[in-house]
Amino acid sequence: MGEWRLEMTTPVSSMVLVLIGSVIGSVGAIFLKSGAHAVNRHWTSIAFNWRLAVGIGTYLVSSVLYVKGMSNGELSVLFPLVSLGYVCTLVWSRLFFHEVITKVKLAGVGLILVGIAFLSLGSR
Amino acid sequence: MTPATSAPEVHVPDPAKRKLAIFIVLACTLLVAVGQYLIKLGANRLSHAGLVATMIGIFTIPQLFAGYCLYGLFTVMFVYALRHGELSVLYPLIALGYVWTTITAVVAFHESMNPFKIVGLLVIICGVGVLGWGSGGSK
Repeated sequence: MGEWRLEMTTPVSSMVLVLIGSVIGSVGAIFLKSGAHAVNRHWTSIAFNWRLAVGIGTYLVSSVLYVKGMSNGELSVLFPLVSLGYVCTLVWSRLFFHEVITKVKLAGVGLILVGIAFLSLGSR
Repeated sequence: MTPATSAPEVHVPDPAKRKLAIFIVLACTLLVAVGQYLIKLGANRLSHAGLVATMIGIFTIPQLFAGYCLYGLFTVMFVYALRHGELSVLYPLIALGYVWTTITAVVAFHESMNPFKIVGLLVIICGVGVLGWGSGGSK
């Protein structure tokens, strides 16, 4: 009884780091995909592929932000923030690659978000 | 210049390759989980190392080196998959990694399992199933 007080044990700075990390990660995926389409049989199409380089770079930056953010703070708060990247990706896919966002895709991503929320509740 | 303007025309993907891309990404999540496990093992050996020592450690500690190699392999396979599949399907599929990570944490690092985690894992698996099956070949 009466155990419902809200404890803020996760610093806002950690939340911001993880949030920025997940958005940057989803942006990195745009560059990886457009870079992937530019690859052909010639080795220079990989070696001088600036989009792939930017994509890999943003992934490295986002993973550094994750590790820094996750190092102090509760996973139950930070996990759901990571999953925001999936929602961003749906928006980018439509904007940049004109992919159709079907109901099935929304349902799939929705279930994944709910699952992550449960997982977060379990890691308190 | 934005990626959109410089990207090649959106081509209609071959359904078989689209399905292959989905399987590749699902397999990749397993690769990342093994990589994470190895990195966690290796990281225990450099608990209070600084940035430089950590960088050297990536090359001298076998577990760390193997872990990061698996990450590299993941990136290569993910890029290959992105060539043939839709970003809006493949990127969220990476969430399957949460399932492997949780199982690894319970089995290898003896973290506790509870009903919330079990429900979470099952719902994530359902979501990945809906996304993969719904966008794979059946359309």
